[in-house]
Amino acid sequence: MLFKLSLKNMKKSIKDYGIYFLTLVLGVAIFYMFNSLDSQEAMLQVSNSQRSIIKLMIQTLSYISVFVAIILALLIVYANNFLVNRRKKEFGIYMSLGMGRRQISKIILIETIFVGIISLLAGLVIGIFASQFMSILVAKLFEADMSEFKFAFSKAACLKTCIYFAIMYAVVMIFNTLTISRYKLITLLNASKKNEKVKIKNPFLSILIFIIGATILGYAYWKVTADVKSLTKAQMLLPPILMGITGTILIFWSLSGFILNMIQLNKNIYLKDTNMFILRQLNSKINTMVISMSVICLMLFMTITILSSSLALRNKMQKDLIEMTPVDLNLIKTANLPERTINRYGKEVIYSKEQIEDSKLTILQTLKNNEFDVTNLKDIVEIPTYAIDDLTWGKTLGNKLDEIRKQYADLQYETAETIVKVSDYNKIASLYKIDKYNLEDDEYIIVCNFKSMEELRNQSLKDGTKLEIAGKEYKPKFNECKPGYIEMTSSHTNTGLIIVPDSCKLTNEDKEKQLLVANYNTNSEEEKEKIEEIFTDENSTLIKNLTNKGFEIDGNTKISLIQSSVGLATIITFIAIYLGIIFLIASSAILALKQLTESSDNKQRYIILRKIGCSEKMINKSLFRQIGIFFMVPLILAIIHSIFGIQFVLKLLENLTSDEELLPSIIVTILVMGGIYGAYFTATYLGSKNVIKEE
Amino acid sequence: MEKVLEVKNIEKYYGNKSNLTKAIDNISFNVNKGEFVGIMGASGSGKTTLLNCLSTIDKVTSGHIIVNGEDITKLKGNNLNKFRREELGFIFQDFNLLDTLTAYENIALALTIQRVNSKEIDKRVKDIAQKLGISEILKKYPYQVSGGQKQRIASSRAIITNPKLVLADEPTGALDSKSARQLLENFEFLNDKMKATILMVTHDAFTASYANRILFIKDGKIFNELIKGNDTRKQFFEKIIEVQTLLGGDLNDVI
Repeated sequence: MLFKLSLKNMKKSIKDYGIYFLTLVLGVAIFYMFNSLDSQEAMLQVSNSQRSIIKLMIQTLSYISVFVAIILALLIVYANNFLVNRRKKEFGIYMSLGMGRRQISKIILIETIFVGIISLLAGLVIGIFASQFMSILVAKLFEADMSEFKFAFSKAACLKTCIYFAIMYAVVMIFNTLTISRYKLITLLNASKKNEKVKIKNPFLSILIFIIGATILGYAYWKVTADVKSLTKAQMLLPPILMGITGTILIFWSLSGFILNMIQLNKNIYLKDTNMFILRQLNSKINTMVISMSVICLMLFMTITILSSSLALRNKMQKDLIEMTPVDLNLIKTANLPERTINRYGKEVIYSKEQIEDSKLTILQTLKNNEFDVTNLKDIVEIPTYAIDDLTWGKTLGNKLDEIRKQYADLQYETAETIVKVSDYNKIASLYKIDKYNLEDDEYIIVCNFKSMEELRNQSLKDGTKLEIAGKEYKPKFNECKPGYIEMTSSHTNTGLIIVPDSCKLTNEDKEKQLLVANYNTNSEEEKEKIEEIFTDENSTLIKNLTNKGFEIDGNTKISLIQSSVGLATIITFIAIYLGIIFLIASSAILALKQLTESSDNKQRYIILRKIGCSEKMINKSLFRQIGIFFMVPLILAIIHSIFGIQFVLKLLENLTSDEELLPSIIVTILVMGGIYGAYFTATYLGSKNVIKEE
Repeated sequence: MEKVLEVKNIEKYYGNKSNLTKAIDNISFNVNKGEFVGIMGASGSGKTTLLNCLSTIDKVTSGHIIVNGEDITKLKGNNLNKFRREELGFIFQDFNLLDTLTAYENIALALTIQRVNSKEIDKRVKDIAQKLGISEILKKYPYQVSGGQKQRIASSRAIITNPKLVLADEPTGALDSKSARQLLENFEFLNDKMKATILMVTHDAFTASYANRILFIKDGKIFNELIKGNDTRKQFFEKIIEVQTLLGGDLNDVI
């Protein structure tokens, strides 16, 4: 009997359940998709290092899934609460007929289980199909070939989804029982007769608060963009964030009153069609949901910022990589090893005679000595870099040191600078196809591509700070750093090299490192992979020989740099998409549910409009505008927030990104958001239209 | 006399063949311009159905309703809304004011949906408010004013569009006797001074006594007609009571 009643109820309130159902299905589908990556990983043809990165990504995503599950659980409890509240009268009738609270709870229980099972199934089906597209995306992001397309199904993800959602539904049931037990029959029966008092806000107060809110936001925006330099510590970010939140709340508190007052001034607009009805509706609504509007706005803000800046970051990282990896191989060896030294973990290291001898040789020599076939390489250039104890970073900052030290106390000012002779630098530069430099006998140049370091160094270069190297004084050739680098990295991380004339009296004892740059002597990708293995595979003769003798050669290869960097970018992208979409769904669903309940409360108002002769077209138009404004307001404020938020993120990642990469990511973000937000908007409009329709 | 409303042989059936209810059974009558007509009947007599048909909220099964020369039983969709918007004014028992709008805005809404120029709206709202004595409460919300004032706001909204016919459904039903009297005096004023044609449905004899003419409905048929003529309102009221007794309406169902 109860079962039948539950089913009938659901059929009847299918329109109300629409949004709830949509949210559940989307939640399940996305949850499955992001947890099923392990099944797709198998069909990708990727290298070992990539495979370990994918493993790391799957692990990270599974941690984030816990967080996502909490958000979804909150959302489901919230949505469900709405539905139960809407049916107060129905429950009141059951109770007046003698049904106990326990039985009513049972009805809801059956409904929850029913909706839960259907949405779980539907969500899983959609998720399983959508995850096939995911594997294409994964393959594309990892730039891997898909060996063959197989229909992937992850049992583990499926089970995990079921368990997580079963827990969520259980929480919902507990909440429902609690809600029901609090109800009193009289309030249930009178639920629909609730006489809503319109809270009127003082118009001047509204305008004042709006201006205060806007000012606070403006100040916070200024703080994180134009004045970003003053934010030197992480905790200094807190005030702008709090200001942003306060400003948002104040704006929503006063917005409707503010707009109402502004539009009331123009009678031509105010007294046209149903405009004044729409405005009053919005006014009465936004007043009652200041906090939820603010939360929605902030969630949308996070979605936009996370999505677009992470996509931008990825694009930029890839672009950088191509620029920063001009050759196949970099090898680095420490020159002039001492007999004993303290390593960075504070442990004493003693080097053998053999090791010390070897450290005086060139890298090429060491390679040859250890059964490496040099014909594997071409375009070989090897240069030494120098370092002397008196030339520390603090010294090169000259008179600016004290000032900078005050601002950034934690930097290592005692680090010795790396010095390169200009002809050596030019040899590498010509291979890398970057700018070469000429120097007079008393000049030096600093090359640097790490932006924040560049700014510090430029301060002292402007002063013309002179440096003493090996008994001679040198003056800067330029009053700023020049771009350039000698070691390949995945991004712009050269913190500075001092380039000195060849005449500089640096001795062999001053050598700090040897750097060997070369290309693999082949054109085919497969051959390259083979040569790469000589340097990366632990079982290659070269590596074995070197390890046995305790010789350490460090290095970077183009292939490994690209793989690890692509992997990192992809992990960031995936997390961003995952969280972004979940935030988006949560905020759209809350908006939609709010709007739908309002619509049914407003049904009476639309009946009146109809009675006094409003055409259906006019009513639909006013409903459309009302919901449209309702959805647009938090979005617009979120977009304004994001304009500044993204700029801040860009500043933060300055060394990694630049503006031009942003546009495509913003377009993608808009498409994703438009899709989900639009779907909820449409569902809400159609649902509301149905609710206010005449029987 | 110019006929504003002509009702010709209308019938309204509910239900199906096996269980047919004739809510309106062949009713015909006319309302002339400037008349104040009351329609009385017990609950279930068909008076609300009649009003719904007249106001185009419901459709008749057969017959014709002609308002100002136009047969409204043949109107459809938007024309129907246009007709309702422009030719009719409504006053409901439960006021039907929008609680989110001020009195001023409630009245103005009837004009804004007709796309009347905003200056004109302002002038007309203030004008009608003054005539019905609600100028002071124009800025208030419905929940801030009394029932009588609410009904006067509703009346203002009904009359402001200069409708051919004002339909009032139990306008005093939710009012105390003092407010009811005040409202009915307003109706008289609208009818007398503003030449509004009013058709009022009520079951209350006192309310009905303010009309010039009364049609009594029983079981979907016109049972009797009373014309006030030169009677005082008190005499007219007594006549109404007599007919009601005869009808065996809600006063005396047992007879």
